This record gives sequence, structure tokens and C-alpha cells, in this order.
Amino acid sequence: MRGIIELTQVNKVYHGAVDSQVLFDINLSFEAGTCNAIIGVSGSGKTTLLNIMGTLDFPNRGDVLIDGKLVNNMTKNQLACLRNETIGFVFQFHHLLPEFTALENVLMPHLINRWRPSQEVLKRADELFDMLEITEVKHSLATKMSGGQQQRTAIARALINNPKIILTDEPTGNLDSETTDKICQGFREINRRYGTTFIVVTHNHLVAEHTDRIIEMRDGRIISDTKSDV
Amino acid sequence: MLAFKIGVRFLTHGRTQSILILVGIAIAISIQIFVGLLIDSLQRTIVDRTIGNSPHITISSSTDVSTIRRWQQIAYEVEHTRQVKAFSPSATGNAFVEKENRDLPVLVRGFPFSSVDRIYNIRNAIYDGKEYSSRQEVLVGRELREELELDVGDKIVLSLPRGGKVTLTISGFYDLGVSSINKAWIFTYLDTAQDIFEFGDRVTSIEMTIEDIFQADTVASQLEQNLNNDEVVIENWKDQNQELLSGLEGQRISSAIIQIVIIASVVIAIASVLAISVLQKSPEIGILKAMGINDFNASLIFLYEGFLLGLVGSLAGLVLGVSLLYAFVFFTTSPDGTTLIDLYLDYGFIVRSWLIALTASTVAGVIPARKSLKLNPIDVIREG
Repeated sequence: MRGIIELTQVNKVYHGAVDSQVLFDINLSFEAGTCNAIIGVSGSGKTTLLNIMGTLDFPNRGDVLIDGKLVNNMTKNQLACLRNETIGFVFQFHHLLPEFTALENVLMPHLINRWRPSQEVLKRADELFDMLEITEVKHSLATKMSGGQQQRTAIARALINNPKIILTDEPTGNLDSETTDKICQGFREINRRYGTTFIVVTHNHLVAEHTDRIIEMRDGRIISDTKSDV
Repeated sequence: MLAFKIGVRFLTHGRTQSILILVGIAIAISIQIFVGLLIDSLQRTIVDRTIGNSPHITISSSTDVSTIRRWQQIAYEVEHTRQVKAFSPSATGNAFVEKENRDLPVLVRGFPFSSVDRIYNIRNAIYDGKEYSSRQEVLVGRELREELELDVGDKIVLSLPRGGKVTLTISGFYDLGVSSINKAWIFTYLDTAQDIFEFGDRVTSIEMTIEDIFQADTVASQLEQNLNNDEVVIENWKDQNQELLSGLEGQRISSAIIQIVIIASVVIAIASVLAISVLQKSPEIGILKAMGINDFNASLIFLYEGFLLGLVGSLAGLVLGVSLLYAFVFFTTSPDGTTLIDLYLDYGFIVRSWLIALTASTVAGVIPARKSLKLNPIDVIREG
């Protein structure tokens, strides 16, 4: 069965005063509806790999297939459209727009290609606020929320378009252990409820332990790929 | 729509920054509007006070006899020429008035009263007595009256160059504000002048005023073309006032330069503020791009910001500029209560200035918009 994300012979070199290769012949496939973690020390290439899967960065060599579509030759607008419909991002820094309320931030990916939110999407936003336990800050500006609430709002934003894939990079990097646990449980709940594929890049083994599969990287190569019993 | 909403929110959220730039735009545009309208009013006032109460175009004879044949045909053509506001045939001749063994030269000008009033505004210039209402009556200017010590109802004896004398009755006195005219011109009926100087049915000139006095040369050449008459010569005030015109042109150019500099400074101010805004907002723009907003829509945010700043700033500037002009006119009155300049609101100029300011502000948004096009989400996300 073909995976929702397929990487074949992916190589990435950063050109500069000295060229530096950060990914070496990566071959990976992620099944739809699974929860995956990519771990590794700083500089192992895991964030670069995530960015390539998110079409934010491009390999120098190798093919990337997202939801069955080869992204290598897509135009910038096609990629933007693919990201909007298929992929949700959660980064270490939430990057919420401080000028907007939590609800407005959450609805933003939906409004990129539409005039106004449908009733169905507003209902879905309410569900996400409930599930992530942030209903009380729904109408608060991003600057008036705690770090955990901001990050959970960013997760709700990533989920509003019901994407098939969620890519997250150190989603709990700035959070305490209690909030980290809540967020991990949130990921699992979403994964179970909507069948969303999760790929979580993290340093944190506790976060990785919540996933079905742990891929470990070192020096731009995959050194282990194990399935857990979550 | 989302880009517009984000642009509005960026502006309203960074309120102090937005208010400062809006005040800057408003002041700049108000000065531009004020300078433009002031120079325009000043020019119109100068022209109006110099040639306002005199004909803009004059048709006279180019032949030796100095009178025009079949002038009714010419008058018909004049009447049907676009832009012509008022016209009058005139029979004018030289005469002398005796005073203590001295002969004072005068110019007897015969006009139908209603049409001369539309050119010289003579009814308002009569300060004693009334308009002439019979063929024996004349209007005399203030300076001539003082020289001859005349009163309403007095007789005035005119000596004619070809010999003979004519006695006429003074119906009133006028003051056109120009001493040389007040001293020399005697107004009377067209028929009276034609009889005195034995012109028969002929006239010496046809004088006219037009809607836009700056079009005098165009209207004159159009008339010349339509009349195609070698026996007449057509003169307009612009040809006769070249020095005044070059002075006005100098004013107009300096006003235009000031306005261009102001608009350029508005563009630079908006562009630099928005360019800083792109830097400030790059994390948000980066994440929007990661979420799937395309480059064009991301750049629209800054174009909308430029447009909105321009819209509000220029409207405020427009109101401020016009108010400044009113205040200037109000505070610069002469001791006798007359204003230093007459206020002319050229609505075309105001609308044009507003549209230019609006376009310039929107164009100013192009620089930051281009900057945002180049923004790569990966850089923003990497830097946090």
C-alpha cells in the first residue's frame, strides 16, 4: 500500500561558503492515520526532513510524494494550495497573529481561499476548542493567552481544514510537562477521531513514546525505525 | 478578503504607528492641497483684478476705415461660439472736453447698456446717478468728474476731431477701479456714438468675455478660423499680457514642483513605514504562507495597508488643506474688509490631488509588497 507521504532517495545539501549535506538518501513512507515521531540530536536533519515533507523546503535530489502527488515540479501556488488543503503545521513557536482572537486565528487557514466560514467549519472550530480545552479563550487575543493555550490554539488552527497530515516540530519545546502531556493526549485524540496522520519531530522521548512509530536520525541518516505498542 | 482583513487589523492593532503615519500623510497632503489651491486662487485673483472687468477677446477692423462692415454676421458667429459668455458691439471714437482753455482727450464708447454691463460690470460700478436711458445721456468716470467738477444732470460738451460739438447730459458716474479708464472713457448708447462719429450702421469693435479666460487664445483662433474675414483682426488678453502670463506660469511651475516633492515624500514615508511593518510582521506572514496563503495574497496585505493609509490620510489632508485655505483667506483681509485674494475652489484639482495621493500611497505599498513576496516561510520558522 502506498503511504500518504513517500520519500525516495531524498538528499539535501545547503550551499554556502562550505557546502553541507544534511540528508543522505532518505527513503521513508508514512501510512495514513498513523502517529509517528522523528527523534534525533540537534543537527541530525530531522527538521529539514519535516520541512521537505511540508513542502516548505526542497530536496536537491530525490522524490517527494504527498497524498499520491509528486511535489517536486509543482509551482509555488500549487504547493500553497496543497499545504492549505492537505497539511497542517504546528511549530515550536506558535506564530499566532497577535492582532486576531483565538477563533479568528483558528479559522485563518479556512479563510485563505474563502470569503466567510461555513456553519460546518464554525462547528468544527467549537469541537476543536472543546477537545483542546481552550473554549474559555476562544474570543481572547493571542497575546492574552498562556503559552499552553497559545500552542493548543495553533494546533486547532492546524486542524481546522481537516488536513490529512499534521507536521509538528518541537510542539512542546517551550511547555511544562503537564501541558506537554495534555498536548500529546490531544494529538492522539485527534489521530483517533479524525484519522489524521501525525509526524512529530521532537527531542523529547516522552513525546515520542505517545506515537506508533519512532524514527531516529543521526547525521542526516535514519539509524533506527521502530514501531511502538501505544 | 482575508488579505484586506489582515491589512486592516495590522493597521488598527499598531495604532500609534498608524496614527503617526496618518498624521504625516494628512499634513503633507493638506500642504499640497493648500499650496495648489492658494496659488490657483492667487493667479485667478491677479487675472481677475487685472482683466476681469474688460473684454477677453476683441474683434476690430484691420482696414483703414477702422469700422467693421456687416458686423451683425460677425456678432452672430460670436454668439454661437462655444465658451463665449457675453459680447457687445461697440462704436468708439475720440473727442475732447474743454476745460479752462484746455482740451481734455476722451474716448466716447457706445454700447447697448445691457451687453456692456455683462462685460464691464458697469451697473455695479455706478456710484452716483444711474445708467444712461436716453440717446442724449452719458456715464462719466470718477477721475474725469473730479477734473471737471461735474454733477448728475450736468451737460458735457464734446468737441469732435472733424469739427463741430455735441452736448450730452450726464446720467451718472462710474468707477471701474482703473484711473486711466475713469479719466478718459465716456459711456453712451451705441446709436449715439454711431451718430456722433458718423459711422452709420457700422461699429468699431466687437468685444466679448469667455467662460475660461485662459482659453482666450484658443477661442480667438477658433473664431478667426470660423470668420475667415481679412477685414477684421482678433486680439485676446493673453497676447496683450505676455509678462503677466509668464509670471503666472512661473508661479504655476513652482507650485507644481512643491506638490511633486510633497507627494514624493508621502510615498517615501508610507513605503518606509510599511517596509518596517513587513519586517515586524514577517513571522505572521511566514506562517500564513506555510498555511497556504499564496505570495500574491500575502503581498496584497501591504498594498491594502498602503491604500487604506492613503485613503484616510489623504481625505483628512484634503479637509485640513481646504480649511487652511479658508483660514488664510479669512485672516488676510485688508483694513477695508476686502480679502487679499479671492477664494476659488477648483474641485477638479481637489479630486485630482486626492486621486494622485491615493494612487501614490497604494504604489508606496508595492515596495513592501515586493519584499513580502520574497519572504520564505522556512526562514521565519527557522528563526522562530
